[in-house]
Amino acid sequence: MSTSSSNTNYVGKAPNRVEGPAKVTGAAKYSGEFEVPDLVYGVVVSSPIAKGKILKIHADKVLSLPGVLQVFSHENVPHQAWFDRNYKDDVAPGGSPFRPLHDDEVKFSQQPVALVVADTFEVARYAASILEIEYKEEKHETDIESQRDKGHAPSKGKSGYKPPSSRGNAAKAIEKAEHRIRHEYIHGTQHHNPMELYASTVHYHPDGKLTIYDKTQGVLNCQQYVTKVFGLSKDEARVINLYNGGAFGSGLRPQYELFLSVMAALELRRSVRVTLTRQQMFSIGHRPHTLQTLEMGTNPDGTLAGLKHYALHETSRFEEYTENVVNWSGMLYQCDNVQLGNQVAALDVYTPQDMRAPGAATGSFALEVAMDEMAYAAGLDPVDFRLRNYAETDQSEKLPFSSKRLRECYRQGAEKFGWDRRPLKPRSMREGNKLVGWGMAGGVWDAQMQKAAAKASITADGKLTVTSAAGENGTGTYTIMTQIAAETLGLPLEAVTFKLGDTDMPEAPVQGGSWTAASVGTAVQKACLAVADKLLKQAKKMDDSPLKGADLEDVEFVNGLIRLRKAPEQSVVLRDVLQVSGERQIEADSTAIPNLLNMARYSMHSHNAVFAEVQVDEELGTIHVTRVVNALAIGRVLNPKTARSQVLGSVVWGISMALMEETVTDHRFGRYMNHNLSEYHVPTNADIRDIDVIFVEEEDPYVNPLGVKGVGELGLLGVAAAINNAVFHATGKRVRDLPIYIDKLL
Amino acid sequence: MSTVSTSSAADDQLRPPVPPSSVTLRINGEDRTLHIAPWTTLLDALREYAGLTGTKKGCDHGQCGSCTVLVDGKRINSCLTLAALQEGSDITTIEGLGQEGQLHPLQQAFLDHDAFQCGYCTPGQICSAQGLINEGKARTEDEIRELMSGNICRCGAYVGILNAVKEVVDAQQASRR
Ligand code: FES
Ligand code: FES
Repeated sequence: MSTSSSNTNYVGKAPNRVEGPAKVTGAAKYSGEFEVPDLVYGVVVSSPIAKGKILKIHADKVLSLPGVLQVFSHENVPHQAWFDRNYKDDVAPGGSPFRPLHDDEVKFSQQPVALVVADTFEVARYAASILEIEYKEEKHETDIESQRDKGHAPSKGKSGYKPPSSRGNAAKAIEKAEHRIRHEYIHGTQHHNPMELYASTVHYHPDGKLTIYDKTQGVLNCQQYVTKVFGLSKDEARVINLYNGGAFGSGLRPQYELFLSVMAALELRRSVRVTLTRQQMFSIGHRPHTLQTLEMGTNPDGTLAGLKHYALHETSRFEEYTENVVNWSGMLYQCDNVQLGNQVAALDVYTPQDMRAPGAATGSFALEVAMDEMAYAAGLDPVDFRLRNYAETDQSEKLPFSSKRLRECYRQGAEKFGWDRRPLKPRSMREGNKLVGWGMAGGVWDAQMQKAAAKASITADGKLTVTSAAGENGTGTYTIMTQIAAETLGLPLEAVTFKLGDTDMPEAPVQGGSWTAASVGTAVQKACLAVADKLLKQAKKMDDSPLKGADLEDVEFVNGLIRLRKAPEQSVVLRDVLQVSGERQIEADSTAIPNLLNMARYSMHSHNAVFAEVQVDEELGTIHVTRVVNALAIGRVLNPKTARSQVLGSVVWGISMALMEETVTDHRFGRYMNHNLSEYHVPTNADIRDIDVIFVEEEDPYVNPLGVKGVGELGLLGVAAAINNAVFHATGKRVRDLPIYIDKLL
Repeated sequence: MSTVSTSSAADDQLRPPVPPSSVTLRINGEDRTLHIAPWTTLLDALREYAGLTGTKKGCDHGQCGSCTVLVDGKRINSCLTLAALQEGSDITTIEGLGQEGQLHPLQQAFLDHDAFQCGYCTPGQICSAQGLINEGKARTEDEIRELMSGNICRCGAYVGILNAVKEVVDAQQASRR
């Protein structure tokens, strides 16, 4: 964009969130909050058994309660579409998707088995609580530990799954190595638990068309699902999500509140709202319980001789969910002998689902703790050890990186943290009665771009509206798109409105993979440039136009002016152009697609380095994370304020993963026992101390036109491992299964 | 295998729900008469009957703080009280603190410090912060952290929340001096 300084250059600046006032005043409307006339309420009934058959639903009793309209179950729900493919959403893994209320079979604990609809929420909730259902229980298996030797390589993975590739001869290299380590690393099931409960408000219009306000990260994915399952046209099922109260991957696939509310609305011909309970939020997908083994050996000079990384994670019996858990170990460090393996095993659980940095959060925890163990075995400082094994190219893909400033992340992170004052030996630092430990780790994540479209339209009064069916779940989409649009057309932020989350808008990918900034951002820029081109054409037609003969490259749109780059005093006022043009508005659509040539030539990734300090009370076993420095190379930063918030949130997630978060199953019942927010522990304010975020400058001309790499997932990587390594440094004890509960240290 | 049967409906005669009646609540300085059943929580009364959806539901069990409102100046979890019990109390929700264009100092501070991401926990955080200021307890950063810990933020905006609350607490202390 424009090179000269001006006050409409917003990209890289840190304005407050444009949607912030709506959020801090409570005006922002989330899916379960839309007021529609004659609304009725559905409450979901969940299965208490993990596997078996529903014998009988005794609906009669609750149907006789005043206010109860219907009890929907497999006994009376009309058959929807017949084929699996109708239920397959855009991001479904291989297999046969779960169909709510389809038959009498129970496949997982907390499976939705009925929907009670009543004219008030209170009556629906009461009726659901007393609905009697008989089940025949069958033997279930929910423990991945029982599948240690029964895993298989995933056959049909989901999109984005890459079977890991090996190279050299790792076994032999490790056998001959100077120093060796081999350990197992484990974390249990985790649930996304966004604060907003999954909810859908379906507005049934008099003509039978539906407007569906659904909590989702992809309105188009939901529309596609609803139209295929219920045989509706797109015109009959508009899906809207203006604000998403957190998702972290849980909203990538349509959730069952969508199916149930649409089904009920179509059957009852009424508007319906279905909101899940917090307990039910533990039945919509999770980060899978994963077992990993890491083996490494080093040469006398501290370089890696060989590396083996093997992972086994759970999936459901009906879908083959897969994650790229081990692939990162083949690319983060230089090593010629690498053996990787990834297996899954089916259990009687619901299908796992992508959760913030899926695969990488799991794999990098194991890799980066193992790297620390290896550094200690070789007697090396953990940063020094990583620098000795710095990967200059992507050895798995055999490609150069489009950009990689990880070395700078190590340097700036270490400097800010004061790493050079760290004694190598564990248990060598104290503060009062507490042991102090310093640890570090890092991560790598894909810098992806997807096809996306946007539409820009400027009216005679100089107001610009840009739309794209993208999502906002707190990442800052509204704000950064407004910044890009304003800068591209040289308008003040207040003159620009960016709208999203509506299937009537141009197509955008699901809001995940940290690709929204790159994909939708590029589309927004392109659409605005197309409008700019039209404006320039009009401007050239004006009497005495100083822009006559100028092409788009010769001009810049700044401060409400179109001016010549070479002679900025030669300009026309944008609003005059619009007035003179006589058009009520000037608009353009644009679609941005990734550059396949660059993708074939370069490995595109973001990197980070994390440094953490913990204080451990050895008598009580309590651990406090007192300081974290997270240094990231993410290409261009569009808005340091919202980007920093994403990293701060990621660090909180990392602290949570390291010390608190785990869904505990009682395998006798095949049931999650802590499915609520008082027993599923996540950090609160008192758990969080100093967090420093450093964005290392990084220019990347190849990754996408904006040069951005995304940050929502990368920031989490390395955090849990750095804390784990710091706990070892403090105590001399290595805990290899997360979270590090107090009792594991005592 | 065994047969399981759920629910408490062993007694053959189900008790029908108690019908709705009129309850008058004083919300944000205004009397609102709502037609609600006696078992309606204050949270549901606000969200589903009074059209005040700024107050959020994150758990319905008093575990998350999303539903925090001020009752007679004190912060409470509105999911843990029945609306009918609050007749005669002075209820303040996020909508009563300030509006767009006329932000309350806490709302402005949350905006300036980017003390949220998705915004879902935010109304509860802000009401809780106002409650904490009313209590006059929090002075240091550690006290604020501790006293704001009834409000979970899954987006992890705690650093911003601390700084926002601190700024307003400090400003109020300075003006009192
Ligand atoms: S909704 Fe009331 S505390 Fe969570
Ligand atoms: S801002 Fe999303 S939960 Fe706090």
